[in-house]
Amino acid sequence: MFELLKLRIQHNRPVIKDLRRAEINPAFRGFPLLNAASCCGTCPACSDVCPTGALALNPLRLDMGKCIFCGECARSCPEQAVRFSPAYRIGATKRAALVVNAGQRAEDFPGQAIVARKEIHRLFGRSLKLRQVSAGGCNGCEMELAACGNVNFDMGRFGIDFTASPRHADGLVITGPLTRNMSPALKDAYRSVSEPKIVILAGACAISGGVFAGADQLNRSFLVETPVDLFIPGCPPHPLTILDGLLRLLGRIG
Amino acid sequence: MNWAEIKNLQAVRITDIPCLPIDRLREETLTGLAAGRRVVQFFGHRTAGKVVLYVVLADDEYSHLYVASSVFAKETSYPAFTPAAPGLHLFEREFYEQFGIKPAGHPWLKPLRKGIAGSAAADETLYPFFHMEGEEVHEVGVGPIHAGIIEPGHFRFSCHGEGVYHLEIQHGFQHRGVEELFLRRRESPVFLLRLAESIAGDSVIGHVGAFARALEALSGVNISRQAMIIRTIASELERVAVHLGDLAALAADVAYLTGNAVFGALRTKVINTTLAICGSRFGRGLVVPGGVNFDIPPSLREDIRATMDRLEDETDLAAEVLFASASVLSRFEKTGIVTEDTARRIGMVGPAARASGFAVDVRADHPYGGFSYFPVHKMTLHSGDVFARAYIRHVEIKQSLRMITEQLSALNGGELNKNCPAPAAGMLLVSLAEGWRGEIAHAVITDGEGKLQRYKIKDPSFHNWFALALAVRGNGISDFPVCNKSFNLSYCGTDL
Repeated sequence: MFELLKLRIQHNRPVIKDLRRAEINPAFRGFPLLNAASCCGTCPACSDVCPTGALALNPLRLDMGKCIFCGECARSCPEQAVRFSPAYRIGATKRAALVVNAGQRAEDFPGQAIVARKEIHRLFGRSLKLRQVSAGGCNGCEMELAACGNVNFDMGRFGIDFTASPRHADGLVITGPLTRNMSPALKDAYRSVSEPKIVILAGACAISGGVFAGADQLNRSFLVETPVDLFIPGCPPHPLTILDGLLRLLGRIG
Repeated sequence: MNWAEIKNLQAVRITDIPCLPIDRLREETLTGLAAGRRVVQFFGHRTAGKVVLYVVLADDEYSHLYVASSVFAKETSYPAFTPAAPGLHLFEREFYEQFGIKPAGHPWLKPLRKGIAGSAAADETLYPFFHMEGEEVHEVGVGPIHAGIIEPGHFRFSCHGEGVYHLEIQHGFQHRGVEELFLRRRESPVFLLRLAESIAGDSVIGHVGAFARALEALSGVNISRQAMIIRTIASELERVAVHLGDLAALAADVAYLTGNAVFGALRTKVINTTLAICGSRFGRGLVVPGGVNFDIPPSLREDIRATMDRLEDETDLAAEVLFASASVLSRFEKTGIVTEDTARRIGMVGPAARASGFAVDVRADHPYGGFSYFPVHKMTLHSGDVFARAYIRHVEIKQSLRMITEQLSALNGGELNKNCPAPAAGMLLVSLAEGWRGEIAHAVITDGEGKLQRYKIKDPSFHNWFALALAVRGNGISDFPVCNKSFNLSYCGTDL
């Protein structure tokens, strides 16, 4: 009995109380800062080394939907034209918004990239139930999605939860590069969610195929037919990135 | 037996590997297994129009590995090893699927990764499940999409009432073609590094470490002591983090929410420590062939030391409460038993094997990297039930926390990263590592120019799925979640 009390005292309240003020350790690689002035435009060091082809030159730009945030480009650029800031608010409602151009500032990004829609706010603003489907996910994104519900991030306090069945859900959160072998199950799960429904892609693999882009064993046709409401980049995305994206999509912060 | 004798991370010239007739390879493999050796790899390689089968056995007592091969020129079948060596059943299914050479007499020759969906006839007949017949017998199918936020796979239970007679596990849903990508993108070591990190996202350091050490050994590079210790610290942080997460999940599965909350919060502290070192909560970006990308500067060392010290006390208290709870113990004890004999026969690995009393631990048996300098004592328990698989995690967390603290003191600066020249040509190398799940085995074959010609990956789950299937036999179906979580196996590591 006393041990249990001691444990409760030790456990304290580890929840992050105010997400708007939460910050991640500066070592974290989040929103990329591109400096066109120091990029000579001719040296391909950064784009050559990028494992997923996320970086392009002339003009210098970085696609966060492909980026796995390994930091190899930042290490390879002799002029430090590419740096990663610890800013984690990097979700977007449009795929094209994930392409970061030179001079774009981390603090402006979330306001521009996520456009909260009125009907999503009205329908799901107070309660959003999601079904997660891993379609080739390596368990990285899955663990971070699960972490959103733990005592640190406590997603449940915002009325957002993961359900055990797509029948109980308002939408899907998809992770992984969409393997061919998961294709029928993914389509079944999507059909099982009643309208109106939303689709969220979490992680570089779901958004672009990530390091698996172009593999023969994928079938990404689902994404050609299905509208996507939120893109959450990362490899894997940090729980704060996921929560920030969801809350902005719902119009709860912004 | 004149097999080539090597050690973990010791390359052997392909031409020095004895090539035996398949009957003799089979016989000698079985003799080796009977003498207590274990199969660490069993894979095919297509070269010059022929298929070569390589078998790698481990002698844990003497830290030796033994390699032999057999060539299939036109033969389309061979007598299966599985009937006499059940632990090989997935290996042989994989070999058949990849090369079409049939292990005749294999009792369970079903698809492993292919033929599930998207093929010409995407129906269940491609995967013939076992059926049990009788009055009131029924089947329960679960998956591929599961109730929690986890990877996909299909479980088929044959039940009578609540009791499980048999569990069949269908894999393949996660198949991404990792081994093919290793060859297709072999010119880009940076890409391969990131690919290795994504073999199983919960064992980033385990797999990427095995990959990096394989390349270093083939290039003849000795990384600095500093880099080696940083890798070792990262690998133990990974072990502690997942073990804590598993204890949290096990507590949740028996509705013990205090345990779930407390262990979950402790896990966060560990993965945030990894983040402070390398910018990723899972250690991505840390390891490179030739060393590491990030140092642990003195101020961070002190922070980590303080965190680890606190964690040990906090974990002790949390474990004391968890393992003293009657409601938890009544669900954990005598549930999902795997005996030591079974563990040996099916070649189990990792903490699950050690919880059954089968003392295998690559860190001690085939030391590599920092473990050559900081010997690891193998921890074992004997009941082989969910309790043992849970409690051994607590024991290993303590062990790893101390190891981290000890290794932090050994950091003294030094070079982080060395250049890795091209790998040696015409070699085979086996890189073993003890991931938190158990033995990771990467086998590399280089061609005449030192380029990767075959990259074979084995996640520890490949051995242990069979153990899960056997563990639930005779248990109530409602005990499946807690049994499953006590193993916590990787779907993508198996499906590749």
